[in-house]
Amino acid sequence: MNIVVCIKQVPDTTEVRIDPATGTLIREGVPSIINPDDKAGLEAALALKGAVGATVTALSMGPPQAEIALREALAMGADHAVLISDKRFGGADTWATSITLASALRRLGFDLILCGRQAIDGDTAQVGPQIAEHLGIPQVSYVSEIQKVGDRLQVKRMFENGYQRLSVPMPCLLTVLKEMNAPRYMNVGGVFDAFRAEIPVWTVDDLDVDRAQIGLKGSPTRVKKSYTKGTKSAGKVYEVEPQEGARIIVEHLREKFII
Amino acid sequence: MDISSYHGVMVFAEQRNGHIQKVTFELLGAGRAIADKLAEPLFAVLLGHQLTTQHSADLIAHGADQVIVVDHPYLADYRTEPYTKALAQIIDQVKPCIGLVGATTLGRDLAPRASARVKTGLTADCTALEMEDGSRNLLMTRPAFGGNIMATIICPEHRPQMATVRPGVMRKLARDEARQGEVTTFDVAFHEEDLSVEILETVIEQATLKNIEEASVLVSGGRGMGNAENFDQLRKLATSLGGMVAASRGAVEAGWVPQDRQVGQTGKTVRPDLYLACGISGMIQHVAGMEESGYIVAVNKKADAPIFEHADLGIVTDVNRLVPALAEELRKRSGE
Repeated sequence: MNIVVCIKQVPDTTEVRIDPATGTLIREGVPSIINPDDKAGLEAALALKGAVGATVTALSMGPPQAEIALREALAMGADHAVLISDKRFGGADTWATSITLASALRRLGFDLILCGRQAIDGDTAQVGPQIAEHLGIPQVSYVSEIQKVGDRLQVKRMFENGYQRLSVPMPCLLTVLKEMNAPRYMNVGGVFDAFRAEIPVWTVDDLDVDRAQIGLKGSPTRVKKSYTKGTKSAGKVYEVEPQEGARIIVEHLREKFII
Repeated sequence: MDISSYHGVMVFAEQRNGHIQKVTFELLGAGRAIADKLAEPLFAVLLGHQLTTQHSADLIAHGADQVIVVDHPYLADYRTEPYTKALAQIIDQVKPCIGLVGATTLGRDLAPRASARVKTGLTADCTALEMEDGSRNLLMTRPAFGGNIMATIICPEHRPQMATVRPGVMRKLARDEARQGEVTTFDVAFHEEDLSVEILETVIEQATLKNIEEASVLVSGGRGMGNAENFDQLRKLATSLGGMVAASRGAVEAGWVPQDRQVGQTGKTVRPDLYLACGISGMIQHVAGMEESGYIVAVNKKADAPIFEHADLGIVTDVNRLVPALAEELRKRSGE
């Protein structure tokens, strides 16, 4: 079984701070990590490899330094890693990203594609399902358990108020939740090999992809503006009877469209 | 893509087990305002099996001009492929300018797949929608980086302009039985391979799976609640706000609430839209776990409690009398 895990290198958002003067993200000195949901996907792939045998490839799209995330994946036990990196892919929205990843996945070949449910920097949860659509394969998102049964997969799909157990044919794409497992650590021997490994870097020229559909130019959506939520001014405090307090709270929540 | 041929606003009317979900009515409220500004119709797309005329009537009473229904056994339970097929075919036929889907665990599976099939862009988890003055661009605003940054996204050259919208953010319209609307059925040719994903089991568990990090509203209690009975009052309040109960370390140590509800340095970090801190003094260890919340309301009888320094709204009063009063006030208002 060929498993490809799509991983994204993201800034550790628990460390992200806003520059109060410019209102932009301070990225300097912020450590990068493998996106947590994606790392769970990697662990799930390695667990399947251990249980039923599989070849696991980690695939990432990003700037050259995303290679570090791929080396971590190799050190955890992935067999291969591929980086898609080219300035011409820059500024891609989820459509252009998924088009690009789908073309790399076609080149790699796969029985199972694992993606994290969503990345902690963008939180869109869109790239996985969009890849599945471009490849014309079934998808299940919000997956918290995966088992191979015969030539199909049995998965647990979470909803807000419950779950489903589904049987899915392969090839297919699953998006997984970080709650599903605790990713293993890199092993010492693995780290050494991983940091010597040659990681192929694929550019636009290595992929069979429509150049009109990649990068900023190929993105249907555009960021019109971005801004930080204004820094908080001290809130109002009322010293009142409970009844009056309740009325004040409701009034404020309605004003803020919270209720 | 000839974008000038796309008109109107389309809302995906999410139903589960025959129950139209609350977010659907919220989308109809938001969609109605946009449709009125464009002076174009508001469509609701209702997919399912054994749907009733009451379902369509509910959608019309909440703002839809036209309900497009696909009723088929393949749509009885949600599955990505048959739902995508139906929604994409309707979009291709009706050509709406805007398409809105609730950002639920169902909508966030369907919308990216369907938008990719009709070859348009999609903006995730929007919290504000408005038409740009002087254009047909929908301004779709969403939080990123865990809410630290807000971004306004446009989709200028593709149609429909599609967005998923966070539940609980938009306002639904009051039900109006006098509203008139049209109901049409739409035929989709399904094939057996559309059901390649098999449902083995469906289990409904009331909210037990959700963890507090995912809740958009948290009603959080501390030692100031005094005892377990008082703490239980918070659960009713949380339910009426569509949220969950959380707690400070003090309340967990007192045994009033399990540890997985604890917010703070030794507990969880949360970022709900609303954090209502009841009887929590606001030690730095607690604040570290909730200060990024969208809107913080604190209730405490001590005016010098540090929690007030972090609150958007503070009420100095007896929290155990305020909680039932607030539940009552909310009940009154929801009836309006």
